[in-house]
Amino acid sequence: MSKVLILAEHNGDSINQSTAKVLTAAKQLKTDGIDMVLFVPNAELASELAQYEGVSEVHVVSCEDNHDQLAASIAPTIADLAQNYSHIWGPSTTFGKDIMPRVAALLGVNQISDIMEVIDNTSYKRPIYAGNAIITVSTDSDRQVATVRTASYEADKSTGGSAEIKESTLSTAADHTTFVKLASGDSDRPDLQTASKVISGGRGVGSKENFDMVFELADKIGAATGASRAAVDAGYVPNDMQVGQTGKIIAPDLYMCFGISGAIQHLTGIKDAGTIVAINKDADAPIFEVADIGLVGDLFKVIPEMIEKV
Amino acid sequence: MKILVAIKRVVDYNVRVQVKPDGSGVAIDGVKMSINPFDEIAVEEALRIKEQGKADEVVVVTIGGDESQQQLRTAMAMGADRAILVNTDKAVQPLQAAQVLLKVIEKEQPGLVITGKQAIDDDNNQTPQMLATLWNRPQATFVSQIEFTDKGLQATREVDAGLETIEVELPAVISTDLRLNEPRFVKLPDIMKAKKKPLETLAIDELAPERSDHHIKANHYEPPQPRQKGVMVESVDELVTMLKDKGLLS
Ligand SMILES: Cc1cc2nc3c(=O)[nH]c(=O)nc-3n(C[C@H](O)[C@H](O)[C@H](O)COP(=O)(O)OP(=O)(O)OC[C@H]3O[C@@H](n4cnc5c(N)ncnc54)[C@H](O)[C@@H]3O)c2cc1C
Ligand SMILES: Nc1ncnc2c1ncn2[C@@H]1O[C@H](COP(=O)(O)O)[C@@H](O)[C@H]1O
Repeated sequence: MSKVLILAEHNGDSINQSTAKVLTAAKQLKTDGIDMVLFVPNAELASELAQYEGVSEVHVVSCEDNHDQLAASIAPTIADLAQNYSHIWGPSTTFGKDIMPRVAALLGVNQISDIMEVIDNTSYKRPIYAGNAIITVSTDSDRQVATVRTASYEADKSTGGSAEIKESTLSTAADHTTFVKLASGDSDRPDLQTASKVISGGRGVGSKENFDMVFELADKIGAATGASRAAVDAGYVPNDMQVGQTGKIIAPDLYMCFGISGAIQHLTGIKDAGTIVAINKDADAPIFEVADIGLVGDLFKVIPEMIEKV
Repeated sequence: MKILVAIKRVVDYNVRVQVKPDGSGVAIDGVKMSINPFDEIAVEEALRIKEQGKADEVVVVTIGGDESQQQLRTAMAMGADRAILVNTDKAVQPLQAAQVLLKVIEKEQPGLVITGKQAIDDDNNQTPQMLATLWNRPQATFVSQIEFTDKGLQATREVDAGLETIEVELPAVISTDLRLNEPRFVKLPDIMKAKKKPLETLAIDELAPERSDHHIKANHYEPPQPRQKGVMVESVDELVTMLKDKGLLS
């Protein structure tokens, strides 16, 4: 028997696209069924999940006091459900990375992190060393806990499914951990992780004020905005804009970056982009080794000119 | 309070590793090795907590071969008080690492455990979460700021949506993100002093022997798909035209 349980990610108002990407990966397995588990008592979100083709059951677990986001509270419930599944998968977002290893520990297995390719029901490819090597791994465990590298998969867009919705209440809330708050760098721009176009800036942008130029260009073409770690560390932009090994791994159709040198830790976050455009004043910057289109130039001249011409 | 910090010896983050031509692994002979960057941040944070008078001892632990003593000595040169080497000549996977660390916790009874969020060799990002689970204590992963409170501590976590704050009771496991702090440089006299600090060696089989049933096998290594060679343009006009031709701009 081979059955998949997918941990759905949401923010209270909507289902995160990472869920549909995990579903795409799961559909590459030979399975006897795919189910989902959603930790929030929201009928609308549950029925959204139930509409995916190929999903048989949606377990909706209601939790109080933001326990839906607390790994220590929800992992034991997932581990209980897992008894009926061979594959227990979540997204390799910060949400999934926080929770899935706990599920694995409860089941007594190692987790397979960041699946980028499904070879068959027991073997997968995943990146290591910041993506400098790809490793093929396999396991003969009856319970496979894994996270799926979302940038490697398109979101499943199927509709017309009619999964059964099963409701329950969380009984495993841990009282040693309390959610206090979430501070988001709210913006009206497209979401960095799902946008088809991303414009990003690095240390070369030079200041918080100068980043306005990057935002202006992004708004002009309807792009999301990203940044290098150096730009975040320098306080030019908030942390949720960081792209790379320890930030977001993204796969837009167009990634255009200004004043970013191209450190391996940054490149690992953009490897799957369709077209990479780099603008840097240093002709020897490593970013040009991966760029599809490169322009050696001063970003303070190039950005205003682009704003004018697009 | 005692703080336990778990560190791992890894290929230095500046090295671009190469896959061996036969696909049996990555070439690491003669390559520069360092403390995993996130773990260096973990050591630094423990030292700062001690310097603020909120802890009285910082113990570093690693699971690895004899050569990992080097990284333990570096951590002691930074200021850690003593070190534990759990000796093994095999690569340990996260579950076993967590089982070993749990045994060390049972022996040392720390009030706080700090680890890196991920080891930059295997990029697993699992061990601290597994450790917190086995220990049955709270976790705060990907932490960029901590503040002690009456209940325990408030941790700010770097999450996809921004910055999340949670409060955890102690003892707890914290895994560090990059912006938690900037590790200090070690000075020569401290390196000398560190040579005299205690370093205890334990055998892994006495703590948590490897079990094959939960192992993940590494079958083959390959280099990533190279991207196709790009082109250089001379002007913004040329760039914009090219992007329009590709349908990426309208
Ligand atoms: C464990 C670890 C994890 C990391 N994770 C990440 C990560 O997730 N993401 C990430 O980005 N980094 C990460 N880093 C950091 C990474 O190694 C680099 O330090 C960082 O990416 C550099 O950012 P940068 O390119 O903006 O800055 P720099 O390397 O300083 O480059 C600035 C560039 O701007 C150019 N420039 C300057 N002025 C101009 C101008 N007027 N016009 C045009 N070009 C100009 C310069 O020529 C230079 O190439 C990590 C590091 C470690 C150790
Ligand atoms: N062999 C090891 N010895 C000591 N600590 C380790 C070891 N492996 C992992 N860790 C700790 O767990 C963190 C996460 O590692 P990983 O789950 O392998 O990505 C690291 O940053 C270390 O703090």
